Amino acid sequence: MAEFLQFLFSGLTVGAIYALVGLGFSIIYNASHVINFAQGEFVMLGGMGTVSLMLAGLPMYVAIPLAVCLVVAVGLLLEKFAVEPARNAGVITLIIITIGASILIRGVVEVALGKDFHRLPSFTGETPIIIGGAALQPQGLWVIGALVIVVAALRWFFEHTRLGKAILATSYNPLAAQLVGIDVRTILLVSFGLSAALGALAGILTAPITLTKYDIGIMLGLKGFAAAILGGLGSSYGAVAGGLALGMIEAMSAGYISSAYKDAVAFVIILGVLFFMPSGLFGTRRTERV
Amino acid sequence: MQRPGGSLQSGFSAKDIGAAGAARGVAWLLTARHGGILALVALLLALPLFLPNNFYYDIAIKTALNAIVCVGLNLLIGYAGQISLGHAGFFALGAYASAILTSHYRWPGLLAMAAGALGVALVAFLVARPILRLRGHYLAMATLGLGIIISIVINREIPLTGGPDGMSVPALRIWDWRLTGAVTWYWISAGALVLAVWVSLNLVESPVGRALRALHGSEIAAETAGIEISRYKVLVFVVSAVFASIAGSLFAHAERFVTPVEAGFLRSIEFVTMVVLGGMASTFGALVGATILTVLPQVLTAFHDYKHVVLGAIMIGVMIFMPRGLVPTLMSLWRRRAP
Repeated sequence: MAEFLQFLFSGLTVGAIYALVGLGFSIIYNASHVINFAQGEFVMLGGMGTVSLMLAGLPMYVAIPLAVCLVVAVGLLLEKFAVEPARNAGVITLIIITIGASILIRGVVEVALGKDFHRLPSFTGETPIIIGGAALQPQGLWVIGALVIVVAALRWFFEHTRLGKAILATSYNPLAAQLVGIDVRTILLVSFGLSAALGALAGILTAPITLTKYDIGIMLGLKGFAAAILGGLGSSYGAVAGGLALGMIEAMSAGYISSAYKDAVAFVIILGVLFFMPSGLFGTRRTERV
Repeated sequence: MQRPGGSLQSGFSAKDIGAAGAARGVAWLLTARHGGILALVALLLALPLFLPNNFYYDIAIKTALNAIVCVGLNLLIGYAGQISLGHAGFFALGAYASAILTSHYRWPGLLAMAAGALGVALVAFLVARPILRLRGHYLAMATLGLGIIISIVINREIPLTGGPDGMSVPALRIWDWRLTGAVTWYWISAGALVLAVWVSLNLVESPVGRALRALHGSEIAAETAGIEISRYKVLVFVVSAVFASIAGSLFAHAERFVTPVEAGFLRSIEFVTMVVLGGMASTFGALVGATILTVLPQVLTAFHDYKHVVLGAIMIGVMIFMPRGLVPTLMSLWRRRAP
């Protein structure tokens, strides 16, 4: 039982991170039907940004919001100068553009901040909390708590604010949204900013657990994409459920099957789900019009 | 018709004039549709005159082998309109099939290559039907997952594959003939590339090619017109996977060493980028894309640490200003200029 609890805790922690990254994919996809393959770089930038600001002598509570603002700025620049000019291009073109952007961002960080691993101190100490014989890192609680707050805040944002409702309207029908006076271009910009902030937050929360480095964004981005797809694109709750499921599958297969093959097991299950549910767990089925 | 390329002659020695003439012929032939393959042959024949040493031969070999993958992938992406972010997996399966069967089991090289291609065809055939039912980003995810699974298996089965360190590969033997050396492999890769282009061009011009273009336009319309779309999608997926597998096998023997990097996600992305950058639905676009993205990193070493920054910027720039890719965009520009 203690063993199972241990796997459960680590699954929840990792899953919450994937869920945060997946939410970033989901928000941008909702607003623009673009999959932003640079989402993982936002995560990396959040962690690396905070680390370098702290190395420059700033206290953590200043470095964190500053780093988030920096990443939001990068997200806005990405939308303005790379995605916006190619708005009407096809899916594959936009995939290549965002992948190009991720290579670019990684390259800049590699040159500017180096290739070393960095670590942030845990927010509230390192003493694990023992529950039923299993150890839970306090930082894990921070990650899970942040996910709960983010989900609640996003729900409030999309259901009770003008801007949030405008984003939802744009995701249902951009043309109709434009006709009722919504500036679709602003919506895109906002969605990129919001995703960047979420990515940065995920990167900062995980840096004390998994360390951070210029190239961690590749794998985290893939996992976030997998979470969003598993849950069903366009469904925010889907991304959260997908992320938690993915984290849980990984932790359980690492514990009970083979740690070397945990990623493979996760991807086999994703393929299996897609074979039977081609729009993910909570995605809406689209019908093609001719 | 214009005859560009005259300026190529200046500054070359007498020996090179033949090559410059060939290059001029190339420029002329490229304008004629069916001259394309002849132009490619001429270019490949002339190229060794400009390759000073083995280092350049090696780049040319890698370019040709990448181009084979891209020509196959272009059939899938450009003509059938289906994305694959996992083709490096097929490339690596071919490479490791050759490496493992020839070194651990002492199979003859050609037989190992054929077995690899057959195995990849079987894998591709089995997964194609469920995978190709997916659309857009779901398809991207599924092919990506497939590639990653292959990559993980290669990384972990250390006794068989050598794991992350990679494994060395014996020279390709055909009876008593041992094929080694950059120059030999240049001609082998070049020959394989011409064959791949020939197969691809013929496939595109055949009823299969027309069916693929129809289903790219609209799957439902194609189905209504009596095209069995899933059969054609599966066919082109298998063909493109086999192209990648054979290129992988040749790569293993040419380089005499394979590592799991060849199966990685970034390698898959590289292949797709080559196809899209060169121009989708253009066989020669795939060649141009493969050439640029294989040669460019070598050129960019001049930028040292900044090479990734430059590469990323180029990818974004080309896609924004030429969303259809280099070759189709330049072709239509050229046609508009021409009287």
